[in-house]
Amino acid sequence: MTIGLAQYLTVAALLLVIGIFGIFMNRKNIIVIMMSIELILLAANLNFIAFSAALHDMVGQVFAMFVLTVAAAEAAIGLAIVVVYFRNRGSIEVEDVTVMKG
Amino acid sequence: MTSMADIALHALMPDILIALAAMGLLLFGVLSKRDHALACTVTAVIVFVVAARFILAAPAGAIFGGLFLTDDFTRYADMLVLLGCSGALILSVDFNRREAIGRFEFPVLVMFSALGMLVMVSAGNMMTLYLGLELQSLALYVVAAFARDDLRSTEAGLKYFILSALASGLLLYGISLVYGFSGTTDFAGLAHALASSARANDGALVGIVFVMVGLAFKLSAAPFHMWTPDVYEGAPTPVTSLFSTAPKMAAMALLLRLLMGPFAPLLSQWQMLIEIIAIASMLLGALGAIGQLNIKRLMAYSSISHMGYALIGLAAGTEAGVSATLVYMAIYTVMSLGVFGCIIAMRRGGKQVELISDLAGLDRRNRGLALAMAALMLALAGIPPLSGFWGKLYVFYAAVQSGLYGLAVIGVLTSVVAAFYYLRVIKVMYFDEAAPSFDHHSKAVGLMIAGCAALSALFVFVPGPVSQAASVAAHALLGAG
Repeated sequence: MTIGLAQYLTVAALLLVIGIFGIFMNRKNIIVIMMSIELILLAANLNFIAFSAALHDMVGQVFAMFVLTVAAAEAAIGLAIVVVYFRNRGSIEVEDVTVMKG
Repeated sequence: MTSMADIALHALMPDILIALAAMGLLLFGVLSKRDHALACTVTAVIVFVVAARFILAAPAGAIFGGLFLTDDFTRYADMLVLLGCSGALILSVDFNRREAIGRFEFPVLVMFSALGMLVMVSAGNMMTLYLGLELQSLALYVVAAFARDDLRSTEAGLKYFILSALASGLLLYGISLVYGFSGTTDFAGLAHALASSARANDGALVGIVFVMVGLAFKLSAAPFHMWTPDVYEGAPTPVTSLFSTAPKMAAMALLLRLLMGPFAPLLSQWQMLIEIIAIASMLLGALGAIGQLNIKRLMAYSSISHMGYALIGLAAGTEAGVSATLVYMAIYTVMSLGVFGCIIAMRRGGKQVELISDLAGLDRRNRGLALAMAALMLALAGIPPLSGFWGKLYVFYAAVQSGLYGLAVIGVLTSVVAAFYYLRVIKVMYFDEAAPSFDHHSKAVGLMIAGCAALSALFVFVPGPVSQAASVAAHALLGAG
């Protein structure tokens, strides 16, 4: 069996779904949510690279490099926010992020 | 004859200026021993004004192989973005000082997010779109959590970060699908590919839906609004005023650019989605606000409903509709800055108060502030002849012209419901038992409130220039697409 575009797209779609479920089903820890966000970005990246190879077009790969950079910046800022939040609240349980409601 | 590099330099001048100034201020702030929050903020506002001057002078065209566009549409949207950012900066000076968060990073971060927004507005390629959007979002995550010792502010930052990162992820996944099924990320190329091939349409349509979800989130349109009330309430008030103006204009400009440009061939497919988003936003904004006691939360629901009205113009899918949306965004930006100015003026005993009941009897304590707030509330409610009424009139008229009668009727009905909670604020200010008076607010805040209230109240005398600029912008957008 040859591995073609369809297989790559399926894996990417699975990663996306796992990422989304990771955000909404997870009631435990904010770090897990950040990992899920990374999964979603990876899913998009995999799509870009698979399409780039299938279309023989470089744009997808360039885009993927940009996404990697942005993902790193996003993780850094996200972790910084989690740290200041932890200092104030003393916990990073998802269930505790409920000072404001309504 | 001007060379290509010359044109590129001219078109990019505002962005280069803001980027260099922001990095310069950052360096200056880090290296100097004393605190320079005020000087940095003033410099940032001056840089915005100079950038606005450059934007107005920039030649129209596409540079870097279509990655970056400048035309009358980007000019109009850029002006509103810079207006929102400068307004938020002016409001921030006094507030940040009194809340002891007056640090020089604030204007620097606002400048970076403004740069991101300008890039978003000028995007001519999915890559520029994504990078601009992320630059804007990354800076906004930090400013939302800017009061880093305040639990509510950090929680607002955390919530905004998680949901916004999710939305960016979905947007990116959508872009990857659009790229894969059409073979290009260039807007002009996309328009061509989507118009010519039927097969590309099916796959790309899924991607377009993802892209629309991502942008609807940034606009805080229902059903992707969940973050809005919490972030509006938790973030420091000047940050909330920023959230409710500039990023919304940038996201709306991007949505208009995408849907009326490259995705225009699929109008019949996305029109329904925009209608659903508009109706959901108007309903949710009107009903959700009724029970609110906190004025910042009230403004959050109000902004959700206003985005619904602005989207009506886009749903119409015509040049008149785009121009109506643009006028609406301009009017909303001014009203919003004015209301947040009033909220910033709500301080008692050195503390920010933000309950609607804190405004009780304001008319007897501070007549001018009560009058301005009343005018802004009536404008938000859309009572003629104030500015909000004209904004709604334009979008409803565009909807009726395109045969979207249902949308216009729902819009009118929800604005009647929404009028209830705006009028309630006025009732509290004029007829309730007077609460203790507020602290003195700074001159800058007072001027901001007076200016925005006067513009909103007297819009009937000056609709010409705004609607004319909007229709020129709409023409440029549709002519290019």
